[in-house]
Amino acid sequence: MAKVLMKGNEAVGKAAIEAGCRYFFGYPITPQSEVPEYLSSELPKVGGVFVQAESEVAAINMVYGAAGAGARVLTSSSSPGIALKQEGIGYISNAGLPAVIINMMRGGPGLGTIQPGQADYNMAVKGGSNGDYHDIVLAPASVQEAVNMVMEAFDLADYYGTPVIVLADGLIGQMMEPVEFNYVCKKELSPKTWALTGKGDGEKHMVENLVIEASECEAWNQKHFEKYAKIEANEQAWEEYLMDDAEYAFVSYGTSSRIVRTAISYLRDAGYKVGMIRPKTLWPFPVKAFDKWDKNIKKYLDVEMSMGQMVQDVAYACNDKNKIEFYGRTGGIVPAVDEIVEFGKKVMGGDK
Amino acid sequence: MNTQRICCAGFGGQGTLSMGKILAYAGMLEGHEVSWCPSYGPEMRGGTANCHVIVSDEPIGSPVITRDANCVIAMNQPSLDKFVDILAKGGTLIANADLAALKEDRDDIQVLNVPANTMASQEFGSAKLANIILLGAVIQAISPVKVESVDDAFTHVFGGSKAKFIPDNKKAFEMGFAFAKNNK
Repeated sequence: MAKVLMKGNEAVGKAAIEAGCRYFFGYPITPQSEVPEYLSSELPKVGGVFVQAESEVAAINMVYGAAGAGARVLTSSSSPGIALKQEGIGYISNAGLPAVIINMMRGGPGLGTIQPGQADYNMAVKGGSNGDYHDIVLAPASVQEAVNMVMEAFDLADYYGTPVIVLADGLIGQMMEPVEFNYVCKKELSPKTWALTGKGDGEKHMVENLVIEASECEAWNQKHFEKYAKIEANEQAWEEYLMDDAEYAFVSYGTSSRIVRTAISYLRDAGYKVGMIRPKTLWPFPVKAFDKWDKNIKKYLDVEMSMGQMVQDVAYACNDKNKIEFYGRTGGIVPAVDEIVEFGKKVMGGDK
Repeated sequence: MNTQRICCAGFGGQGTLSMGKILAYAGMLEGHEVSWCPSYGPEMRGGTANCHVIVSDEPIGSPVITRDANCVIAMNQPSLDKFVDILAKGGTLIANADLAALKEDRDDIQVLNVPANTMASQEFGSAKLANIILLGAVIQAISPVKVESVDDAFTHVFGGSKAKFIPDNKKAFEMGFAFAKNNK
């Protein structure tokens, strides 16, 4: 299929349909409103169901229901809307159900601004709901990668039985880039024999959340963490950019990594041996990338559109908090290339 | 061509976003990497609107242009004032001369003043196609994509019931192209 020029928000909607998703429950919010807008017209054409719920809280619980019935189901929102969904996300995680949640982040906290941000890292990666749980978090840096990751998210969700969050931002939602829809599932997926499809004469199925006996609840948690260990072992993903001779490494994801990529070209021209480790999964965090390159690297330059929410994970990954320098803009500001170049020169100055 | 960074800016409603979209589409049809990045925010209605288009042979880093732009198309004065300084040395400023003018003498950039509103009004009876006249001027001035690719892009962008707009758009494009050629 030839490439088409699509807005990120519409492209992720199409990606969901291509991945076999037939159910969307959500509520509009800038800068992701084109996702529900697109799906409201396109899902019915393929026999799917689009519901604009009365609130984000209602939408995520409809997702919970559809996931329990074995459907491929999507919701999307932007930062404050995702904050509202946290209770439901915790319930779906605890029930071990597959669902895909897209967050086109904007500046926060609270209602914040409508412009792009990356300050929901902690909410997505550390868990914005109660209890011990993780969701897989994928961080696309382009419209094409957003498409691929949404399609992959459905497979990962089904394979592991967990919600998958696609954590992008308003810029990726609003910009247009060429895309094609040729992702192919690499996992062998089992039929959803556990789904609540109506008992009839069949066996009893149950989706549980309340495990009131403490010892049973602990065992339940431990089962989750066996699954999480598998995900951490198998699903870490990252891009290495100009790392072969690098003495310094930027660490940046999503839109900020795009700015960093351009800044690196100027810094390379000025003689700095600098590359980038770009996490594509934020949970599991790509610790393996740091294991691989850490001995070559004098400093990590963490760049985010937040006040530094990823810094602790980088420190954990490289096992040396003194090796990290941070530069960030927040509240809806996308850093300019020159700011990153100046930051890079300040950190690497005289050490070409 | 390596990388062409082009900023299209004007009032909301002047068609700066569409102009950029056609350019990006043409670049994609030629097989280049492209990005089209709009401003979005509380300032849109009645205020300024701009988009940044990059056409490149390499994967595109920052889709937001903050330096080294090859071309700035300013459809009004606030846009010219805001974006002229992101031009690279030797870059091209294309000003909609009816509504924008560079206030200082600059010998480090090329300046092309196109009276696009007047040209559009005389030919089509309204200033609506001023954006496409300026697009024609861009393609002549810095050749980020081929003329044929813009023609192809028109048929993609104006599909179905919008096909009736193609002849006027092509005419406007040719007017801008010819103007740029004759006013080097």
